[in-house]
Amino acid sequence: MDSVADVAARLRATGYLADDELATVVFLASRMQRPLLLEGEPGTGKTALAEALAQTLDLPLVRLQCYEGIDASQALYDWDFPRQILHLRALEAAGSVDSDEAEKSLYDERFLLARPVLAALRQAPAVLLVDEVDRADDEFEAFLLEVLSTWQVTIPEFGTVTAPEPPLVVLTSNRTRELHDALKRRCLYHWIDHPGLDREVEIVRSRAPEVGEQLARQVVSLVQQLRVRDDLLKPPGVAETLDWARALTHLGTTDLDLESAAATLGALLKYREDADRVKAALDRMLSR
Amino acid sequence: MSDVAEAAEEERHAPDEVLLGFTRALRASGVPVTQDRAHGFLAAVAAVGLGDRQATYWAGRATLCGSPDDLARFDQVFAGWFDHRDGLPRARPRETPRPATAHLLPEAETGAAGPGDDEDVQRVAASTSEVLRHRDVATLDSAEKRRLDAMFVRLALRPPTRRTARHRAWHRGDVDASRTLRNSLRRMGEPGEIAWRRRGTRPRRVVLLVDVSGSMSAYADALLRLAHRLTQSARANGGVVETFTVGTRLTHVTRALRSPDADRAIVAAGEVVPDWSGGTRLGETLRVFLDRWGQRGMARGSVVVVFSDGWERGDAALLGEQMARLQRVAHRVVWVNPHRGKAGYAPLQGGVVAALPHCDDFLAGHSLATFADLTEVISRA
Repeated sequence: MDSVADVAARLRATGYLADDELATVVFLASRMQRPLLLEGEPGTGKTALAEALAQTLDLPLVRLQCYEGIDASQALYDWDFPRQILHLRALEAAGSVDSDEAEKSLYDERFLLARPVLAALRQAPAVLLVDEVDRADDEFEAFLLEVLSTWQVTIPEFGTVTAPEPPLVVLTSNRTRELHDALKRRCLYHWIDHPGLDREVEIVRSRAPEVGEQLARQVVSLVQQLRVRDDLLKPPGVAETLDWARALTHLGTTDLDLESAAATLGALLKYREDADRVKAALDRMLSR
Repeated sequence: MSDVAEAAEEERHAPDEVLLGFTRALRASGVPVTQDRAHGFLAAVAAVGLGDRQATYWAGRATLCGSPDDLARFDQVFAGWFDHRDGLPRARPRETPRPATAHLLPEAETGAAGPGDDEDVQRVAASTSEVLRHRDVATLDSAEKRRLDAMFVRLALRPPTRRTARHRAWHRGDVDASRTLRNSLRRMGEPGEIAWRRRGTRPRRVVLLVDVSGSMSAYADALLRLAHRLTQSARANGGVVETFTVGTRLTHVTRALRSPDADRAIVAAGEVVPDWSGGTRLGETLRVFLDRWGQRGMARGSVVVVFSDGWERGDAALLGEQMARLQRVAHRVVWVNPHRGKAGYAPLQGGVVAALPHCDDFLAGHSLATFADLTEVISRA
């Protein structure tokens, strides 16, 4: 990727529409070899960006889903004990066991279970997606910081694994808590906002080509109206817009009317209270 | 010629100096710009081309900012620095609120405050500090306040705990297959003793929502001091305490309270809170909290403590609705009302009536002794 415009064009070719600011940040991330930290509302395309990047660069995508209590052994590596035992038994059955030899053969690469971070380092160049890093805890953040600074991990029985070239790292966060400043400083920061009307229509048309132009416009304009309301528990993201447009198309709808909208609202809103509020106002919103 | 280069030309400064000057201005406006961030900014501008103002702007947002609040300040300072270099934003573009150290100044009226309701004959016998523990903090004069501040150090929070998905080695419990196998591997495959495991424990998050509106102003300082103590002692035990002030708007003050020095932390918190002693729109700010933080994870499974007297100017029904939401997300909701411990108090204010059905605990919070009870309730949650 040799320029900002090139990044935008390549992402567009995969069906991901990035605005200029996002394209600039992605360009900087690959040029400066710094991880990219994406924050924003759920469903604004943070994870999709990592997928699009892997696709356009033709690199493997390694995904690490974070959760509360995740630690280094689930992110880095583990040994496959049962297979090691079997291996030992096989050695014994074959005859004499030289213990040093046996030990050496036990901690062989065959028995190493590479978890996402190690896999990304070994497969580099690759795209490493660290999803919802805000759900992990402080210790894990510190561990991640170490890996992202040195691009290498050390396994006591095995040695140090160093990435031949740093993977392109995308971290996403829903801001359920503030990340540690040290980690943020390592990264390039970008806040992804909901797209405007025209861009969102474009996204629907490019991601779900089966949806008709007219329906796409109607769906997106209604979703945009919903986002400016402030009484929804969970305003729909782009992902929900796509789901809804696809659901309507499956039912053969080409022109959004009250009946079809009410019937498929479950693809768009995930709280009963939200659905009730919107149903009450649907009539007015559609007539606009 | 581009704006940036022109600005550099007329000032006869090297472009790097213009850019570094900008990072300094940004730091003065309250964005935490560190040395390495500034260097990252220079490298990024060099990568996208110095002449391009828009690209410089995006490069700056990516390298110098770390949160949406930073982005807003960045926009202000960027416009000020690269558009009209004379109209630089002054440091701290906010009105400075009531300094939280006001009580350290000698007051005009010497503390002739009448004894609180909860003082009685024992005052003669008990040591003054014991009396202070039970005095209503709103009735203290400045000397007594200072003494009380020193007593806050004794408050300590053992963070509440929860079970984790991960297991720990233990001397009984479930069979830990992988450790058993690993042990037998050490013995070259000879089966041996069985290893056991059980679920581990982790500290739960505690979230404090402190009402700093006008009716609570007598307590705001003591409550922030309490929040600071809880933050510090929880950190010492590996726990996490997040603090927000609520009033007419929601402000995240956790970062300010992380400073180990109490007075400094409270001044820092005072500087970020824009709505001291304003009105109360508890329902609305609670909704903002849940939308922006709580529902996504901050309140999930955590112990949430609301410090407020429930004088709601807004819609009490909205407050009730939001409290219900909060209770559905949180592990435990505690409401602390400074008036509760006083004689003749009945929970009649609209806000309290709406909120109470959705609280797990309703406590008093007007003196150091009640604060100690509160830490006990949080620890056991």
